[in-house]
Amino acid sequence: MKNYTRSNEPISATCPACGLLCDDLILNATGSESVKNGCAKSITFFEQSFQTDISASASLFGKPCDLNTAISAATDILRKSKQPLFAGLGTEVQGMRALMRLAEKSNATLDHMHSESTVRNTLTMQNSGWLTTTLAEIKNRADVILAIGTDIVSSHPRFFEKLVWNTDSLFNKPVPEIIYLSVPAENTQAGMATNGTAPTVIPADTASIPEIVNALNALLHHKKIKAETVAGVAVSTLQAVADKLKSAQYAVVVWSAASLKFSHAELTIQSIVQLINTLNENSRAAGFPLNSGDGDTSINNTSTWLSGYPTRSRFVNGKPEYDTYHFSTKKQLGLCDALLWVSTLNPRALPNSETPTVVIGHPNTQFERAPDVFIPVGIPGVDHTGLMFRVDSSITLPLKKLRENHLPNLSDVINKIEASL
Amino acid sequence: MITLLKNGKIYDPAHKKNGVIEDIYIYQGRVIPKPLDPSKISQTFDLSGKVVMAGAIDMHSHIGGGKMNIARMMLPELQQKQAQETKHLTEPEAHICTPHCSHNTTHHSVPSATDTGFRYIEMGYTAAFEPAMSPVNARQAHLEMGDTPMIDKGGYAMLGNDDYFLRMLAAKKDQKAINDYVAWILHATQAIGIKVVNPGGINAFKFNQRRLNLDENNSHYQVSPREILQSLSRAVHELGVAKPLHVHCNNLGAAGNFETTLNTMGASDGLPMHLTHIQFHSYGTEGDKKFSSAAAQISEALNKNKHITADVGQILFGQTVTASGDAMMQHLNAKHANPKKSVIMDIECDAGCGVLPFKYRDQNYVNALQWAIGLEIFLSAEDPWRIFLTTDHPNGAPFTSYPHLIRLLMDKSFRNDTFAKLNLDAQAMSNLPSLNREYSLYEIAIMTRAGASKLIGLNDRGHLGIGASADITVYTDQADREAMFAKPDYVFKNGELVVRDGVVTKVVWGATHTAKPAFDIGVEKDLKDYFDKYQTMQLDNFKMSNDEISHDGRGSVVVHNNKQASL
Repeated sequence: MKNYTRSNEPISATCPACGLLCDDLILNATGSESVKNGCAKSITFFEQSFQTDISASASLFGKPCDLNTAISAATDILRKSKQPLFAGLGTEVQGMRALMRLAEKSNATLDHMHSESTVRNTLTMQNSGWLTTTLAEIKNRADVILAIGTDIVSSHPRFFEKLVWNTDSLFNKPVPEIIYLSVPAENTQAGMATNGTAPTVIPADTASIPEIVNALNALLHHKKIKAETVAGVAVSTLQAVADKLKSAQYAVVVWSAASLKFSHAELTIQSIVQLINTLNENSRAAGFPLNSGDGDTSINNTSTWLSGYPTRSRFVNGKPEYDTYHFSTKKQLGLCDALLWVSTLNPRALPNSETPTVVIGHPNTQFERAPDVFIPVGIPGVDHTGLMFRVDSSITLPLKKLRENHLPNLSDVINKIEASL
Repeated sequence: MITLLKNGKIYDPAHKKNGVIEDIYIYQGRVIPKPLDPSKISQTFDLSGKVVMAGAIDMHSHIGGGKMNIARMMLPELQQKQAQETKHLTEPEAHICTPHCSHNTTHHSVPSATDTGFRYIEMGYTAAFEPAMSPVNARQAHLEMGDTPMIDKGGYAMLGNDDYFLRMLAAKKDQKAINDYVAWILHATQAIGIKVVNPGGINAFKFNQRRLNLDENNSHYQVSPREILQSLSRAVHELGVAKPLHVHCNNLGAAGNFETTLNTMGASDGLPMHLTHIQFHSYGTEGDKKFSSAAAQISEALNKNKHITADVGQILFGQTVTASGDAMMQHLNAKHANPKKSVIMDIECDAGCGVLPFKYRDQNYVNALQWAIGLEIFLSAEDPWRIFLTTDHPNGAPFTSYPHLIRLLMDKSFRNDTFAKLNLDAQAMSNLPSLNREYSLYEIAIMTRAGASKLIGLNDRGHLGIGASADITVYTDQADREAMFAKPDYVFKNGELVVRDGVVTKVVWGATHTAKPAFDIGVEKDLKDYFDKYQTMQLDNFKMSNDEISHDGRGSVVVHNNKQASL
């Protein structure tokens, strides 16, 4: 195993690999347990990060060049552009602050790589609102957890370890009951309680989720359902779920917008929100929308306090505009006259585009075709400090610099481009 | 390099100056005595006939933090509407400002962080204080305030619904232990005061209690709001924090809640307390609609109880959004949201929040009466040093409506004309037309400058004495007080001219004001154990350093002496 740290001393770190933003990781110098409190995602993240070249060179059309040459080439592209698209946006708060200033100055459109998912949640929130909770409330209060269409751990690996099977909790809550709806049985191992109690698993197609959630809503409103099954699920099973949710001290309903891959999924999320609202008429319950990562929660919050809007947005003559449909990367790729792709946390591949392209990102970014300009930058939380929002948006945590390196920060590069525009 | 402000009419209540003609000299950002060598004066502003006051200080305005960002995120239609309206107007004159600033248009109820700073300074406000930072969310609040240019800022940290404090209270920990924890929170969150919202109630909502009265116990901890208020007001007092405990009472918005408010005044055993947005807590149950004004009872008690200060939280008609830490009452009131949507959150065994858009309508009985109640309280308050001008931005109205509110206070016929257009049933239930008082410029200067500075303990702000920070606003004395206060001739921030004719001419960055009383660091031992066992972040990451505010070279931290400000 690699020596991750600057010295031989173990060092504590905050992990930006998923929305849980665990800050109890210890990176050790040696041994197989090289990441204490690590998970599959964090180990992959730190291994991938520490394998990068700390003095990777910028390049023009694949030919190495010095940083200043690359910055002035990037500036030229943006200067000539009337309608640039800033996509990817895989960064943290400080990187996004810099990107927002540049976007305002260059009339750019802004879209995060995971907006397709995020927007489903945002639309719901903008249409009806919701009632949600945060990690420490789940850890100390949740006694029934209903996971809809997500096993949770694929995207947020330590959810159960940290928040559900914890032995210390403030209010002597019982061992939580776990209910999976529309999650393949083979992915429900994490829901097995430490005392051996198996989770309730209700198999169903993802496409049936809307129908099933609506049936649950009907049951909570004491409506009689004449059919014996709904989307293949026995109504008696759903009644049992409804009863458990109603009698819970604090029921938590978890969903992942990323897994609801069907059109108008925001309406299904709205049904989930209704279910939570109905429960709260008499008892306590709360929702917990999962995020997708790559800084999605951080950049949307930052964009919102700076411009008034989350992404998908754009600036026109310096004024922000917002449209979750028209300002998608997919739509804008055909309209923009320059693409700035940013992905600093992971080496995410950029979409195909014929327009002049600037990539500012992870040193390991791979290209099918070399972009006009590539500027490798430091990885937040490894090569430089930063700030990230947790999945629940309520907590912002500092990221640490873990190794000496020669890579510039995204915000430094963006600020230089902005200054010379 | 001395700047001379010549022949202005000075309203500086901290020095009992009520419209005297005097000169002010500014050097290196501060007010200085008349220099011996007049040749050092490099710049002179002739302010003959102009009204000169210190920069205004908003002691209660929600300008940063999670709930404000939720409000922005959930209401893109408000900003879009504003953008549409802007297009139909002639372009404002060219000036240094954010390109998307909104001159001459209807204001947005939740401006972006950048716009917040511009809108404030354009009205001559040079400082604003975020009154509801939940400790776990303090970093976000400071990030947003850090991106708010032009003005000074600061925050009050919310306690009294956090599990750690309630656990201490239930375990009957001694006052010293409570004080150490409160001081530790002030340091960790970079706050200047402590606030309690619906004492114990936000927490009780998480245990499925739906209302909590002053002497009713939180079902889990078996402690009452009264005990919470006693303990926290004592802690703030004994620590020597200037800002009295900032109290958002139980039962916000509920008919009949004035009794809770009256009883709350007695809960601190005579120690100072500030009751915030008291208009929302001054409701009776008289009349056919079982909703009436209790402004008379509240004002009488306020006048009598010298240890109590209050800000009004005036409502003004129009679309806004209410953003509060009071998840319990906001959940109860979600049915009144307009447009119909609400975001409610339980947060980290620490706090909560509730955000509902709201439209106050002058033909709605309750709204019309709320408007009248706020003004009744303003006009019945005998001591302008103990009452403060707020709209609980954005909850009662956006802060950009302050000039309108000032006109309502200073201009009886304007007030009565507005009153005459209200819902008739509401008119019948208000004694507003019988209140003849008109606020003077001197009293406005107390409420918005000297009093606010004294309350928060800002020492060198809110006045124009020698050594004061040269935050100065210059107005043209106009009969239309709304026009006058909307557009000052000049605003100086730290001695620099930053606004001319109501338009920003230079972008500057203000400081963050904090209070950091001494405490026993031993308090961290138990806290560390608590965080490791029950919280979901490390204790070290909960704490904010000065460097987080100042590292980008724009922000700075000012620590105020932890004793009562003396003027």
